[in-house]
Amino acid sequence: MRAVPATAVKQPHTLTRRDALLGAVCCCCSPLWLRAATSSAETIDTEEIAPGIHVRRGLHEDATARNAGAIANIGFIIGSEAVAVIDPGGSLVDGERLRRRIRALTSRPIRFVLMTHVHPDHVFGAGAFLADEPAFVGHARLTHALSARGEYYRARLEELLGPGRAGPVVQPTMLVEARAQLDLGDRTVDVVAHPIAHTDNDLTALDLETRTLFASDLLFVERVPSLDGSLKGWLRELDRLTELDARTTVPGHGPTTVDLAAAVGSLKRYLETLLRETRKAITDGVQIEEAPELVGTAERTHWTLFDEYHGRNVTHAFKELEWE
Amino acid sequence: MGMRHTSSRRVRGLIAAALMSTLALTSSARADDDAQREARWAQLKQAIFADRSIEDGTGVLDLQAPPRALDAALVPLAVTTSGKKPIEKIYLIIDNNPGPLAGTFTFGEAADPSVLKVRMRVNTYTDIHAVAEDRDGTLYSVQKFVKAAGGCSAPAGSNDPDALKDLGQMKLRLSSDIALGQPLQAQLMIRHPNFNGMQMDQITRHYTPAHFIKSIDVTFEDKRVLHIESDIALSTDPVITFAFVPHRNGQLKVVVNDSKDNRFERTFDVTATSQLSRTR
Repeated sequence: MRAVPATAVKQPHTLTRRDALLGAVCCCCSPLWLRAATSSAETIDTEEIAPGIHVRRGLHEDATARNAGAIANIGFIIGSEAVAVIDPGGSLVDGERLRRRIRALTSRPIRFVLMTHVHPDHVFGAGAFLADEPAFVGHARLTHALSARGEYYRARLEELLGPGRAGPVVQPTMLVEARAQLDLGDRTVDVVAHPIAHTDNDLTALDLETRTLFASDLLFVERVPSLDGSLKGWLRELDRLTELDARTTVPGHGPTTVDLAAAVGSLKRYLETLLRETRKAITDGVQIEEAPELVGTAERTHWTLFDEYHGRNVTHAFKELEWE
Repeated sequence: MGMRHTSSRRVRGLIAAALMSTLALTSSARADDDAQREARWAQLKQAIFADRSIEDGTGVLDLQAPPRALDAALVPLAVTTSGKKPIEKIYLIIDNNPGPLAGTFTFGEAADPSVLKVRMRVNTYTDIHAVAEDRDGTLYSVQKFVKAAGGCSAPAGSNDPDALKDLGQMKLRLSSDIALGQPLQAQLMIRHPNFNGMQMDQITRHYTPAHFIKSIDVTFEDKRVLHIESDIALSTDPVITFAFVPHRNGQLKVVVNDSKDNRFERTFDVTATSQLSRTR
């Protein structure tokens, strides 16, 4: 199916409790957007990894005031008619900087902003693109995930970054159930909505012209993965990624481009270790609070931020596997 | 000794009303300041236990909780009792949760109150109190401070459309060595979303109505083991570990009642030194 223009996919407006809540958020932030959270000179460095495809490498850190949430790999694709942003960034500040970088390279309309999943390091820059009136493209389940967590994430991010710098919760206006194609003029971006994997609302995007894959957080490189969906589901979707015949791959975290097979191999080793050792712990009668110290510890040397996230991954895996 | 079914439900209503005003303050200001925490506990003590005095529980019971939660929607808590006092009931209070009284656990004649483990949702940085009541009605309290955030508003797996598929399904895991007349540890798992009314439905754009487990009763043959009154703080798919003393081969029966008046019942065979469902 061809993507319809943003205005045509916007959902009919009715005033609900949710709108009222989001409205309240917007009221307190909008004066700040008008004068922008960042100065007009601030921008970011991107690398042109394939013709017309630019990627900014995220830091292997947690979000802080200093890094303004710029911790995920984000980028954009310039077509002859339009631009698609693939993840607007980790905060309003990050998003504004990304938008300035785009505007330094092209004046073509930003028609699509892909939000690859609910996590704040990928989507909170969306507020910087509201004036462009793009289609905010998300997984069919993203709406629910953002409803449940968006305001909580926003409040936490604002605590870290300072007033007006986090950005608003922006809901997707174009939902992808299984697959969608985004028309940028001379090139097309193929978007896949995955079944539960890293989260339950993961999108990946493939530029058909150059066969460049934005794998987002289905692919972690160097930085320890964070499991927030299904361990078994993620392993299944990794197998699907390798069948996509991608020439260049952009992971959600790590270098701007990686070898897909090698990156999938390392991630599968981590996830399979988690699966095998968590299952064994459950069979051995290990309790959920004891498992993080016992499971997957040999992986520690392979990943940055291991101690910050691995324990939570084990807990998540335990909860998924104890019902087997 | 009898199981005291005190009117915790009514008490919870009173607490909710009394604390509504202070909640907004404490949750936004992160009640991590000592004076504030003590004031909060004083208020809760009054609401739950009225004027009853509460003794320092050190040596009588112990509460294990992670200083920093790995997952706020699933914070493992363990209460152990030393056997110094004949404990009949344990109250778990998560001071800064929207519903602070997370659960009451009343032990029956076949129970071994030495161990109790649960998984709770924790909404913000908070003190957690475990209060034990002995046969004479004396109260003993211990506490732990837990750093966690978002456990009530952002539960893991809340998006799962299959959340209700296996509603009420149960699993029981018993220690491998089962000896009659000896304490036996049991881990009870219950499939239940325990919706707390703070998650929105994507289709209707309304908040998913609260749907949670209100009570769990465990008996072994004709003897009572455990009566639990719980509420929204129990994690999704709750897992509860307790101990009991099987006096003969027989059946452990579990009855779960939820807030939509569903009743789920399961029985599990307990046979001496069987390989029924091995854990340790």
